[in-house]
Amino acid sequence: MTDLLLSQVKVGGESQFGTDEYVVNLGPQHPATHGVLRLIVKLDGETVKETMPVLGYLHRSIEKICENRTYPQCITYTDRIDYVSAMSVNLAFALATEKLMNIEAPARAQWLRMIFVELQRLASHLLWMGAFAGDIGALTPFLYGLRERERILDLFEMTCGQRLTYNYIRIGGVMIDILPEFVPKCRAFLDYFEPKVDEYEDLLTYNPIFLERTKGVGIIAPEVGINAGVCGPSLRGSGIACDVRKQQPYLYYDQMKFNECIETAGDCWSRYKVRMNEMRESVSIIRQCLERLEPGSFEAKMPPVLKAPVGSEIYSRIESSRGEMGVYLVGDGTAKPWKSKYRCASFSNLYVLDQLTKGWKVADIMAVLGSLDMIVPEVDR
Amino acid sequence: MLTGENIVQSVAGLLNWVYSQLGISALAGFINPIISSVVMFGFISVFVMFLVWMERKVSAHMQSRIGPNRVGPFGLLQTVADAIKLTTKEDVKPVNRDKIPYYIAPIIAFVATFMGMVVIPFDKGMVVQDLNVGILYIIAITGFTVIAILTAGWSSNNKFALLGGFRSAAQIISYEVPLVLSVVPIIMITGTLSLTGIVEYQEKAGYWFIFPQIVAFLIFITSATAEANRAPFDIPEAESELIGGFHTEYSGVKFAMFFLGEYIAVVVSSAVAVTLFLGGWLPVAFLGFLHLPGFIWFMIKLVSVIYVVMAFRWTFPRLRVDQLMDFGWKVLIPFSILNILVTAAVWLFLYGKGAQ
Repeated sequence: MTDLLLSQVKVGGESQFGTDEYVVNLGPQHPATHGVLRLIVKLDGETVKETMPVLGYLHRSIEKICENRTYPQCITYTDRIDYVSAMSVNLAFALATEKLMNIEAPARAQWLRMIFVELQRLASHLLWMGAFAGDIGALTPFLYGLRERERILDLFEMTCGQRLTYNYIRIGGVMIDILPEFVPKCRAFLDYFEPKVDEYEDLLTYNPIFLERTKGVGIIAPEVGINAGVCGPSLRGSGIACDVRKQQPYLYYDQMKFNECIETAGDCWSRYKVRMNEMRESVSIIRQCLERLEPGSFEAKMPPVLKAPVGSEIYSRIESSRGEMGVYLVGDGTAKPWKSKYRCASFSNLYVLDQLTKGWKVADIMAVLGSLDMIVPEVDR
Repeated sequence: MLTGENIVQSVAGLLNWVYSQLGISALAGFINPIISSVVMFGFISVFVMFLVWMERKVSAHMQSRIGPNRVGPFGLLQTVADAIKLTTKEDVKPVNRDKIPYYIAPIIAFVATFMGMVVIPFDKGMVVQDLNVGILYIIAITGFTVIAILTAGWSSNNKFALLGGFRSAAQIISYEVPLVLSVVPIIMITGTLSLTGIVEYQEKAGYWFIFPQIVAFLIFITSATAEANRAPFDIPEAESELIGGFHTEYSGVKFAMFFLGEYIAVVVSSAVAVTLFLGGWLPVAFLGFLHLPGFIWFMIKLVSVIYVVMAFRWTFPRLRVDQLMDFGWKVLIPFSILNILVTAAVWLFLYGKGAQ
């Protein structure tokens, strides 16, 4: 035994015992990865040396499936790309297809789309807030987030009958008109919800432990963020204006009064703050939309079979809850897209994970991963 | 009036009568401690079950939920149902475990914390064994949990468990220091290590030590929370990072023992806090007209302190491991040393040399 120990001691050398990297496999089943993301983490004690995401555990090849389905059928698949923010993906696909086929949805449909997408943004940010706080160790905000999200889902259920995968925003309009009692109920919800955001902020924003865990942790430098393709609230936390709703307005966002929420520090706390402020802006957008909602048809008149012209090609982008959501479609004259490709924010945001966590502690992986608002089906598709 | 002392004396009288009838009076000194330990064991088991229910209700209340309400009145029997489930379920063991330490770890975790209860005075004379070094004994015996957790982390042969074990070792050893230092001023003032003696001093002095020693109380509660691995210091079992930490690979009864051990650690540290800083079994001054027995006062204070510790858990995020160390070594320890010096200076100034 002694010989064995001595044999590992280099005479006069620097390294005394053979040391090895401690490789930990976080996931695919792990409480903090929000799904089946797998991270191979190399550790030196508690310090992270390398983080390597391994993708593909939720790969369902949605892009390929969509190429074998007609355009209206694809909408159901887009629901599954981002099940926390399904309305946004519905909208992204519907807008792309409409541009491809030169369909114009009526005004009422556009207003309804805006209301539902912004409500969806609230629901998504609420779930994110809870999950992020849970990653950091505070379990209570999760329940508060879900409590309010429930009321949004009730509004969705009232309109389209679904609570998670809605299939509501269709090509050329929406699935069905809202019920007469939707508008007062939605207003009541907004009045109830607005002070709640302040309540969450009271609970978390300036909590000393929360500040310790998030301030200065996982800083995305602006140029690093742009080079890696980070987008959405995660990039706005680094002080870069990149909100598609402002930069390249779609629907009627150009007629809305709202601020683009930007923080400059680029750390987890900034990303948190951006999303909290975004919730307030969304409330204001929904109020304006409800104000201007006008009676009319909720869907455009369309041919019985939707066909894209031969050689038509479109890349259309919107601001989903997680960032830029792009849809690329190529038509070949048939009722099915020849090529469909989704550019998802979670996938590009994940690029920076290794850079952000290198040299930090294990617990910071969870904080950074949580603050990037990653969702696995969007990564794998 | 019904007091803890009366109860203890009448029970002792009854036992002596039984011994004389059986003709084993000579063995009384041997049997009595066993009986009182068993009584304490039964009490603490039931109390911990109540606490688990209470924690779930407290968290439910804080999270705008309802909490357990199906089994028994107000869901009180939910913990019993859980205990039955845990004891009857399959004991899943990792194949490559280190067999003997793997078995011993939960036992140490449970026994070490439970042993701390032995010196807690519930009322005057209502204590299993009133050691004259009671406070030292508690600090020493609860320090054993670190061995249990490290053993569990090592023997499970699981990377998360090992990380949890290491974290726990660093944490408990670091927080043991401010815990002991925060108690030192009390010992300096009272001149005794016996818990009963400390409460009697507070009775005689007419004030509780929380008033002159508020700093020590805060340090004590903080380090005791860390000692018991409770949030916001629950990094050894950090759910979102290490899955279950050191008890990732434990299931069934063994898990239940870790779980019980954690709760008993909370009870012990809260009971010590009540004894040292909140006057133990003494009645609350402005409620003195209620004439409740001492042990009822003790339990009321104990549950209140435990409630505060539970409220911590459901309010705060978790600290990171290096921040935890920083907080312990750079904040708590300097403050507790300062507190000792200030206390010594003030007491010397007020009462002169050799004051008792």
